[in-house]
Amino acid sequence: MEHSTCFHCGLDATLSNITYDDKPFCCNGCKTVYEIFSVNDLTCYYDLQQAPGATPKDIEGKYNFLENPKILDKLLEFNDESVQIVSLYIPHIHCSSCIWILENLNKLNAAINSSIVNFGKKTVRVTYNYKLLTAKELVTLLSSIGYEPFISLDDYSIGKKQTNRSLIYKLGIAGFAFGNVMFLSFPEYFDLFSNKTGTGEFWLEQYKHLFRWLMFAFSLPVVFYSSQDYFISAYKGLRSKILNIDVPIALGVVVLFLRSTLEIAFDIGSGFFDSLTGLIFFLLLGKFFQQKTYAFLSFERDYKSYFPIGITKITDVGSESAIQVYDIKKGDRLLIRNEELIPVDCVLIKGSARIDYSFVTGESKTVSKQSGDKLFAGGKQLDGSIEVDALKSVEQSYLTQLWSNEVFKTDKQAAFTNLTNRISKHFTIAILSIACIATTFWLFTDNSKALNVFTSVLIIACPCAIALAAPFTFGNILRILGKKKFYLKNASVIEQLSKIDTIIFDKTGTITANKESTINYEGIELSLEEAALLKSTLRGSNHPLSRSLYNLLSEHNIVPLDTYEESIGKGIEAQYNNQQIKVGSGDFVGCTTETSTLNTTVHISTNKHYKGKFTFYNAYRKGLSQLFNTLNKEYDLAIISGDNEGEKTNLTKLLPTKTKLLFNQKPEDKLEYIKHHQGEGANVMMVGDGLNDAGALAQSNVGIAISENVNVFSPACDAILDASKFNQIYNYINVSKSAIKIIKWSFVLSFIYNVIGLCFAVTGQLSPVVAAILMPLSSISIVVFTTITTNLLGRKLN
Amino acid sequence: MSVIYVLLAISIIVAIVFFIAFIMAVKKGQYDDSYTPSVRMLFEDELIKDKSDKSILTKKQ
Repeated sequence: MEHSTCFHCGLDATLSNITYDDKPFCCNGCKTVYEIFSVNDLTCYYDLQQAPGATPKDIEGKYNFLENPKILDKLLEFNDESVQIVSLYIPHIHCSSCIWILENLNKLNAAINSSIVNFGKKTVRVTYNYKLLTAKELVTLLSSIGYEPFISLDDYSIGKKQTNRSLIYKLGIAGFAFGNVMFLSFPEYFDLFSNKTGTGEFWLEQYKHLFRWLMFAFSLPVVFYSSQDYFISAYKGLRSKILNIDVPIALGVVVLFLRSTLEIAFDIGSGFFDSLTGLIFFLLLGKFFQQKTYAFLSFERDYKSYFPIGITKITDVGSESAIQVYDIKKGDRLLIRNEELIPVDCVLIKGSARIDYSFVTGESKTVSKQSGDKLFAGGKQLDGSIEVDALKSVEQSYLTQLWSNEVFKTDKQAAFTNLTNRISKHFTIAILSIACIATTFWLFTDNSKALNVFTSVLIIACPCAIALAAPFTFGNILRILGKKKFYLKNASVIEQLSKIDTIIFDKTGTITANKESTINYEGIELSLEEAALLKSTLRGSNHPLSRSLYNLLSEHNIVPLDTYEESIGKGIEAQYNNQQIKVGSGDFVGCTTETSTLNTTVHISTNKHYKGKFTFYNAYRKGLSQLFNTLNKEYDLAIISGDNEGEKTNLTKLLPTKTKLLFNQKPEDKLEYIKHHQGEGANVMMVGDGLNDAGALAQSNVGIAISENVNVFSPACDAILDASKFNQIYNYINVSKSAIKIIKWSFVLSFIYNVIGLCFAVTGQLSPVVAAILMPLSSISIVVFTTITTNLLGRKLN
Repeated sequence: MSVIYVLLAISIIVAIVFFIAFIMAVKKGQYDDSYTPSVRMLFEDELIKDKSDKSILTKKQ
């Protein structure tokens, strides 16, 4: 059969037989999207990128909560008499076609005034006339073309959030002032104000006060606005009795400004305004550079990001109404539609439930439930609508209770003293003592110079280079690791990572691949016809086990089945040419020798004779054994799993003998285990994936979330690692260690500059020109040094 | 008035004009998203499309 892929979404369309306009489609949904686009002359969508689309999902009733004005108001950015503005997060945004189609939404509906895409954040900001188009209709329109927005409880509180741009303003002002002050300093640099050199430029001297006071004016916004953060941080540090790096910086800025102002006021000299503005500019540049964040990733997610905002409540009289999840009370009857998330712990009343708990446990297999069974919050319903009775409110549910643990309230960073601040403590003390000693010396020899020397020391020692070393190194490392699909939350994670001595892994979804599993067949061998029949039978079923078994079995001719019947929760029965087959659970198939096994099995029987069973094993990620053996030499390793012990023997074979294996661990147990180790002085790195690891990830020194697709959700963590790079963990830890070495070397380099500068300062010879050369030179050479070394480091990673 | 005043005044005015332009650009959110505009500027031509242009589509398959 000729192989073809869907024109819209690029999936396999060989078997679908849907063609429209001579183009193959995998399903009617994709075809419909194409029809919408072609009717509206938007087929250019397919020119920009091949097969860019997504299959639209059925969303019937899912967004009814958007009709509730109270909920809607929280989501809107702007709400006027006729115009509403809403920003929607659309996970599918991934290429230029997406930008194009979403920015041309007004072609599909005239009520939409404009729509602007932010590609980095994967959001679209839509301005529309709500008298002609309601928010629900807008969302339905987006979903119908395959761009279903994701609206979660998280959006509820932050609908009108303002972006913080103060750093850009501060940087811009400092740069502006720096350039102008430099320009005004040129007469000073070339000594044009004096006639001593005999250059004949004496006429300029009458204007020197104008030049100097202009410099003063330019430096005012820099001192009082741009350098604000340093003063605040230094004050906070001093109040909690910590000499952080901002203390000498703030001191330097104050001394620079006061001395320069006094100098020009009393006509002693030209002041150091160029050095002052340059210093702040470079420092802010470093901050800006380090601030690299991944707008499309979120490291702060809790259950709120997963949960829907609204849910359908069935009232006593039997009518449906959309209510907000926080308003769910114990005993409320709720309607959970297909593909909806269960927001509270509840009891199943009506309908057959097949729940996917992968959000909670990371386990991809679904669980079937009968009415009367208890369902936990966080599960996703997959088999049509169900009705449930709420047992608890949202905050009291089993899953959400984890977030009431105080781990989630403490700030990991605040408790951590970074390398720069540890150095700066000694540095500040040393500088202050040098300044005092030098001043005392000059008081006795030439007291007119004493004050000059004191301020010079503080000016030249202003640790610009030291303060720049870490931001530039870390900023660059963040970028390099980001390119290698290891996304760190911020720079301090690198430092934490370099100190790790214990690594704990979650099992399911972390060291095992989510999608792939391996199978093993035990029993009587199947004949060729039976194997073909089995494959044909499985093809009709949508059960995840059938799907994965179908994909794992070798190719066979597909035969048209005479009869086919699927019993939910049990198995499938099919017939072809007098041959009957049963696939499913042991009871259903008629397996008499059912041995209790911890692994997932699928049993087969043909013509009422039991044949055998397929056992599924976890497929471990590539290079797992090798990674563990390398890590084993330097780190304590442990595996901590919420699963049963079914894989224990398999794991002991694969992993180094020292590795600790713990099974049947609840989310709180994982957290406590890490806490226990930290109590013994260990620096723990936790590698996990599901929400059940959220507590452990928050408790550990470094929590890394593994993700098959970084665009879908991962729990709150310090870093997100793409699953394909799992075997690189060891190398990434080593990079962070090298980064610390680079910073230490930069410190050495900047100390050399400081010593040279101090020689000028203590001898009372510090002139503005020397300061203007030495300070930028030290900063720039540090930046160059760190950039080159980190890039060399990045190249080694390949 | 000496020429130096005129020159200084001009240079500072020019600098301030650019500075105001920068502040306005930040305020409008031009620095919030540095990627999408680079793609968006390439689109303009595709907005209006004749039916005859559909030949491009079939070519692509």
